[in-house]
Amino acid sequence: MSESKGLLKSHIVKKYWMAATGLFLCLFLVGHLAGNLQLFMTSYEGQLQFNEYAVFMTTNPAVKILSYLTYFSILFHAVDGVVITLNNRKARPEQYAYSKPGKNSMWSSRNMGILGTIIFVYIVVHMQNFWYEYKFGETPYMLSDNGAPLLMDGSEVKGGEIQNGAVYLNGDQVGDAMRDLYTVVQSSFQEPLLVAFYVLGMIAIAFHLVHGFQSGFQSLGLRNPKYSPLIMKAGYAFAIIVPLLFAIIPIYMLIVA
Amino acid sequence: MSTAKGMKLTLKVWRQKNAESKGNLETYELEDVSPDSSFLEMLDILNDGLIQKGETPVEFDHDCREGICGSCSLYINGEPHGPGRRITTCQLHMRSFNDGDTIYVEPWRAKAFPVIKDLVVDRSAFDRIQHAGGYISVNTSGNTQDANAIPVEKENADQAFDAATCIGCGACVAACKNASASLFVSAKISQYALLPQGQVEAKDRVQNMVKQAQEEGFGPCSNTGACEIECPKGISLENIARMNREYLAASLAK
Repeated sequence: MSESKGLLKSHIVKKYWMAATGLFLCLFLVGHLAGNLQLFMTSYEGQLQFNEYAVFMTTNPAVKILSYLTYFSILFHAVDGVVITLNNRKARPEQYAYSKPGKNSMWSSRNMGILGTIIFVYIVVHMQNFWYEYKFGETPYMLSDNGAPLLMDGSEVKGGEIQNGAVYLNGDQVGDAMRDLYTVVQSSFQEPLLVAFYVLGMIAIAFHLVHGFQSGFQSLGLRNPKYSPLIMKAGYAFAIIVPLLFAIIPIYMLIVA
Repeated sequence: MSTAKGMKLTLKVWRQKNAESKGNLETYELEDVSPDSSFLEMLDILNDGLIQKGETPVEFDHDCREGICGSCSLYINGEPHGPGRRITTCQLHMRSFNDGDTIYVEPWRAKAFPVIKDLVVDRSAFDRIQHAGGYISVNTSGNTQDANAIPVEKENADQAFDAATCIGCGACVAACKNASASLFVSAKISQYALLPQGQVEAKDRVQNMVKQAQEEGFGPCSNTGACEIECPKGISLENIARMNREYLAASLAK
């Protein structure tokens, strides 16, 4: 135990990492939501804009760095969370026969591990549904309003043909075809069970954020009587508004389309 | 006051012979308990009865019985120090319960607070945390200077005093789902961190006390806020944030 002063073994340092990655993931949620809100535009132009956005998000080098930072944060947050949860349990080997934890704390604060596990399962399914499909699946391709293939940069190839994801004109390959992620999303959300799964995922994220947002600031020591009430309120607002807007999208897709 | 109707109570009390033995909840029936008696007086009545029957009385910690010594430590009906707020067990009265109630009485549960007997736990872990840094190295033998010689900002003085009201009872540990001692440790750090006299050893203090708490087996802080609500002295979570801040600064510095 003499090494527990070592930074990686300290309970508090583990919480710093939890807070830093968690708060970074809150920023990621805002960015992800901004992109998703484009799905509300059901016109051809909206569909085109979303698919061009998908190309940007998968090819831009700055976005690439941010995406690796996000993957790292999710994995680190999850692993650190498991380690912390195990340490939490070690500290009380014998439980109370009769306990009323609801008298002094919120359910979400006491069950971040369970909520985190649900969210992790959600992320894996979500990545399979769209990220994997977009990268490796057999997606439909985005065509121009004349029915001609589109390249990744959005330019139209009149008289072109799509084969194995590439656009050919008179037998010559001219570039990669733009994939139609919009249609992948729209057709996926025709399945009510998947919509329900996504809504449940968002409910779990909402409860996770109710505790996590303000807890992140507390762990980093960012608290004082002047701005802490503001952090609490901002945390509640964030926890309700962000997952709600995310959850409306699949419901909208199910009902409108 | 003697006109108050006596209460009939069923008690489920944790009985454990010694640290090694396995304990269990024992059921006791009490008749005609005055609603004006304190919780500890009610236990005294129970023990009188047990002694008269030739049984071993229930062991529990108590001393001043006026909420300042931090000795009493009972987990009553699912909460440390019972259902009241900002009171210790000795300040809890039977009028907080209803006639016919079943009351669970358990010891603090934490790896770092092993049961010695019945409801008594060993809280010397708190002493060892204090020894790790909860002091200032000022020679006070015969050459103490006037307290007002060093000006202290009123706000800091008030917050340091609030932190110093911690009586070290361990309710924060008992309430915490992780049996974390963060509220106690942070109060003991804050009472010096906010004052000029505490600055000299500030970095070592936070590192050594936090380290000691972890080595004693107290869990990590999950920021649930249960400790602040159950603390009989209303020690604020702000102290935990200060500890986190101080620890970060100290870790980056050395």
